[in-house]
Amino acid sequence: MRIDPGFNALTAPLPEVEEAQAGIQKYDVEVVAVTKKFGDTTAVDNVSLRIPVASYCCLLGPSGCGKTTMLRMLAGHEFVTDGDILIRNKNVTNESALNRGTSMMFQSYALFPHLSVIDNVAFSLKLKKVAKAERHARAMDYLKLVQMETMAHRMPSQLSGGQQQRVALARSLITRPRVLLLDEPLSALDPFLRVLMRTELKRIQRELGITFVHVTHSQEEALALSDVMVVMDHGQIQQAGPAREVFESPANSFVARFIGGHNVISMEGRTVAVRADRCRIAEGIGGRQLAAEVVGSEYQGPVVRLNLKCEANGDLSALIPDARFFSDPPKVGDKVTMSWLAEDEAALPAA
Amino acid sequence: MSRRRRSTSFYVLSFIFLLFVLFLYGPMFCVYLLSFQGPTGGMSFPMRGFSLTWYQTLFEGGRGVGDLGNAFWRSMRLCVIVAVLSSLIAVAAGLAYRRRFFGSNAVFYTAIMSMVVPGIFVGFGIALALSLFGIKSDWWYSGVGAQLTWSLPFGLLIMFIVLGRFNPAYEEAATDLGATPRQRFLYVILPIILPGVIGITMAGFTSSYDESARSALNMGTGNTMPMELTALLGAATTPAMFAVGTLTTLFMFTLVIGTLLIIGRIARRRQVRLNAATA
Repeated sequence: MRIDPGFNALTAPLPEVEEAQAGIQKYDVEVVAVTKKFGDTTAVDNVSLRIPVASYCCLLGPSGCGKTTMLRMLAGHEFVTDGDILIRNKNVTNESALNRGTSMMFQSYALFPHLSVIDNVAFSLKLKKVAKAERHARAMDYLKLVQMETMAHRMPSQLSGGQQQRVALARSLITRPRVLLLDEPLSALDPFLRVLMRTELKRIQRELGITFVHVTHSQEEALALSDVMVVMDHGQIQQAGPAREVFESPANSFVARFIGGHNVISMEGRTVAVRADRCRIAEGIGGRQLAAEVVGSEYQGPVVRLNLKCEANGDLSALIPDARFFSDPPKVGDKVTMSWLAEDEAALPAA
Repeated sequence: MSRRRRSTSFYVLSFIFLLFVLFLYGPMFCVYLLSFQGPTGGMSFPMRGFSLTWYQTLFEGGRGVGDLGNAFWRSMRLCVIVAVLSSLIAVAAGLAYRRRFFGSNAVFYTAIMSMVVPGIFVGFGIALALSLFGIKSDWWYSGVGAQLTWSLPFGLLIMFIVLGRFNPAYEEAATDLGATPRQRFLYVILPIILPGVIGITMAGFTSSYDESARSALNMGTGNTMPMELTALLGAATTPAMFAVGTLTTLFMFTLVIGTLLIIGRIARRRQVRLNAATA
């Protein structure tokens, strides 16, 4: 994706970004022992998290894990029951949503239905009493950033979901937030658009050099986007770290199961996670072995996913390269031996 | 497109619908027609020629017209006040009800109750209470108050429906983009709920215009339109009454069409802006 040459309003870095590059500022977001209770239920339980400057952070977890509540607390749309939230070294725990330097993109996009696209984007400038010509010119810059400049004068109801989302993104970015908060931004799009928008979000984050905090329940999305990946469950952080670190050494069996692509195996008194693509069938590669029964297979193009059942460990799967799979395809009901190397195991605390 | 044969029930139901339409609009057309009764004609068919005699009687204050002119202006004054008050209060109350507050249910049921209680007793109760305290009733407080017991809960219910469909994310988005509570209301909430607010104003206006059960006893001196008409129809009357009916209908139609035009213009202005930009 190219950037229009006349695109100065955007590329001029925020003073804070320069500060950060000079090494003064290390974290965009710091969450310190934050708890959120709704009546008797605890939505977020004593969570601490640091998100480095200008990084893409994904909050990943099943529904009800507290990820959206976490995001809404960062935005200031939800009060914190206990703990502190810092945005760029400033304690904003009790600040209103106005003064936090954050901007939120809503799951439903929440474009104002009575305003055209360009007026939606220029809304925050109108509130600041910026003259009409100037605010429209600046809104146009941001519409170009999200490649929606040709639709500037349409009404939101005339746009597709993907287009509405781009407009919502432009409307958030024009406030020049230090941290952009995205609440399941891709969940309403069809799978093809989802992948396209994902690339787009990452590009915009990189170009603007700000932090994105992105809530999702899609493992694939989190792996593809994250500099920092935060896996949550039951209001607590199960694991936080670079995406690759989380995938290669999941901290516990919940993380291993939730991010997918792993088999959680208990044998000989210990629990380990083994990536499904490192598991083989009837190939005596040495190391560990487990007897299992084939219950089905799914063709996925470059690999075939073989679904297995094993009495002690329940459902397992192995990702077999297609050529190898089709040279001797196992049938449903076959008894096979699944094997993997000891070095491919990631030890887990006993479940 | 193939045309399917209509079932018997279609014809039966169509016939019932036709009867309903006749029952609804037939009498009204009789009234409109009879208002053009000739000078020697009476309150019923047959028509003895066509004339505008009865309209003339109405405007020149002839026999059987009573104090209608003044009653009309009294009603207008009341309508505007009731319409404005009920939309203001209904919008404010509707917004308050988006959050639970202590006693919210009690307040709601108390408001709705006054729609259920027979109007004539509401009116009687107000009159009784006032006389108990030795206060003389007058149109601008007891009259307005009595009418609000009807139009306000109505407006509140409309508001609940309108705001029930209002996505709270709009408000959060506005706050997020830096709107103060005042800006949030003026630039986001009000424009989105505007058609509903216009609806409440209209409902308040029309309900005030023909309300008499609640307010008749509380108007003080001077009748409103419905009170004057009831009085005139009870006495010996002339087709001038029908002229009143016809003019009232015309007036209300003008009001409704005017409202629709305003709403249409809001929509069109958005459309025009759009076309101008895409052209």
